[in-house]
Amino acid sequence: MTMSLEVDITKKLEGFNLKVNFKADDDVLGLLGASGSGKSMTLRCIAGIETPDAGKIVLNGRVLFDSENKINIPIRNRRVAFLFQNYALFPNMTVEQNIGFGLAKSINKADKSNKIKKKIVDLQLTGLEKRYPSQLSGGQQQRVALARALVVDPEVLLLDEPFSALDEHLKSNMLIQLKEDLIDFNGPSIFVTHNMEESYQLCTNIIIINSGHIDAIGPKDTIFNNPPTLYSAKLTGCKNISKIRKITNNKIEAVDWGCIITFNHEIDDSITSMGIRAHYLEIKEDYNDINTFDCWVVFTTEALFRTKVYLKFIEPIGDEKSYHLLWDISKEEWNLIKHKPLPLKIKIDPKKVIQIKEVH
Amino acid sequence: MWDFSPLWISIKTSITATFIVFFIGIAAAWFMAKYKGKARGVIDAVFTLPMVLPPTVVGFILLSIIGKNFPIGDILNGFGITLIFTWFATVIAATVVAFPLMYKTCVGAFSQIDINVINAARTLGASEWKIFWKVAVPLAWPGIAAGTVLAFARALGEFGATMMIAGSIPGKTETIPIAIYFAVANGETNTAIKWVILIFIISLAVMIFADKWTKNKFLLLSSSRGK
Repeated sequence: MTMSLEVDITKKLEGFNLKVNFKADDDVLGLLGASGSGKSMTLRCIAGIETPDAGKIVLNGRVLFDSENKINIPIRNRRVAFLFQNYALFPNMTVEQNIGFGLAKSINKADKSNKIKKKIVDLQLTGLEKRYPSQLSGGQQQRVALARALVVDPEVLLLDEPFSALDEHLKSNMLIQLKEDLIDFNGPSIFVTHNMEESYQLCTNIIIINSGHIDAIGPKDTIFNNPPTLYSAKLTGCKNISKIRKITNNKIEAVDWGCIITFNHEIDDSITSMGIRAHYLEIKEDYNDINTFDCWVVFTTEALFRTKVYLKFIEPIGDEKSYHLLWDISKEEWNLIKHKPLPLKIKIDPKKVIQIKEVH
Repeated sequence: MWDFSPLWISIKTSITATFIVFFIGIAAAWFMAKYKGKARGVIDAVFTLPMVLPPTVVGFILLSIIGKNFPIGDILNGFGITLIFTWFATVIAATVVAFPLMYKTCVGAFSQIDINVINAARTLGASEWKIFWKVAVPLAWPGIAAGTVLAFARALGEFGATMMIAGSIPGKTETIPIAIYFAVANGETNTAIKWVILIFIISLAVMIFADKWTKNKFLLLSSSRGK
């Protein structure tokens, strides 16, 4: 039998209505959205911690919630593992006791201790069995929480922003670790985050949630390379977006920038905006390439390893700060470019252009 | 030779009342910690009322409930049970006035528990009963212990309500606070001083014991709590 989770729920929240409808299979599904978009609420509804106003939740053919037939299975019978943001370990229990907490009384002692031992080995917690949660690092706490959740053989794994409480330098290792741990889990996993980097690394498919509704849904590469909506383009980090006007079949005018971009294919009529990611802009020596435009530098800002260059298609007057494009390049590259005479010749590669459709 | 019966009555009454309050106070607090209904404010007020009302008013209300001329007392009387002016009445009075202290302290202690920890236990398949004993009570322990001490102290010092429903029958319902009152009223200053010193010693002993009791548990918990 294939594993599946079907969710179709509505719930009235402060300021907006949560209305989501999706299906998750054996892969890791990412729920990506700004804070307060309803992504965590969706997760809590699946677990049974919150109750939707209406709708249906079905896990592997088992109805967990059905407002029409008045079914609302209690949390403890849902077989849903939930990894909380703060891990929610039992502070009064050791690592061993935490992991063993969910194991039923009915299984015998030897079985129980074998299961606990196996999870301790699987999640590299050997030697920490007798420690209390406060004596563990953030990463260790997360692995204990994961061990505790997985030892009871849940049918779905829900991860609610598991990295948001961690220092940046711990994150990348733990992401790799978690990804490996998830491979062994047989069933759907749903990973809630507001961080696109985390969701890209961990997930197979992505759902983008905006104010309670699903804005975009699809495989991660589609979502990140070709975000279909304005919101998903912004949320996945696209800094340069302009409304467009179609001129001919393959030429569009970027209205906000005042330039015309030529494609080598026909542009769909439903496209209303276009975007280009800040690091996809290119600098050219001449105008031999089409879609190369004169740009003036308005100002620059320096980050640790990158420089952000704010560009304008017309020469700026005085010290105005308005700009058209944000260009993100490494400091080394910028040091080679910055003494060149203005205007710079900037190419917008049509292959890198995100074509955005009207939302709703 | 002094009559030590008020001492034994006081201790027996306080311990019995504390024992009862310990369980119903925790149960009521756990119920309230989970209860999200509309009557929350009303129930909380009713549970807290005996602490706010003057003890004589509590005594009067209890008298109206268990007194022989009132419904419940009448029914019990029909079974040959009389509560009024018996040792049980001292226990009832002490229990009722001590209850809010236990209840309030425990509500505070339970509400301090991270709700995610409780929900985590639920997702792991634990019954509410198991969550209560294995998670909620251990985590709320410092509060529960403090509430128990407060409840014991309040039960030991109970005077007004006890006077009203149990009276002052030497050897039966006369507790130390009541003995002190009548000693002073009768001009027996030495007797009064004797009881004052005794209750001083008991109170001090209980506080010292309680301090150790709560502290040990709390250290164990605080060392394993938080980040």
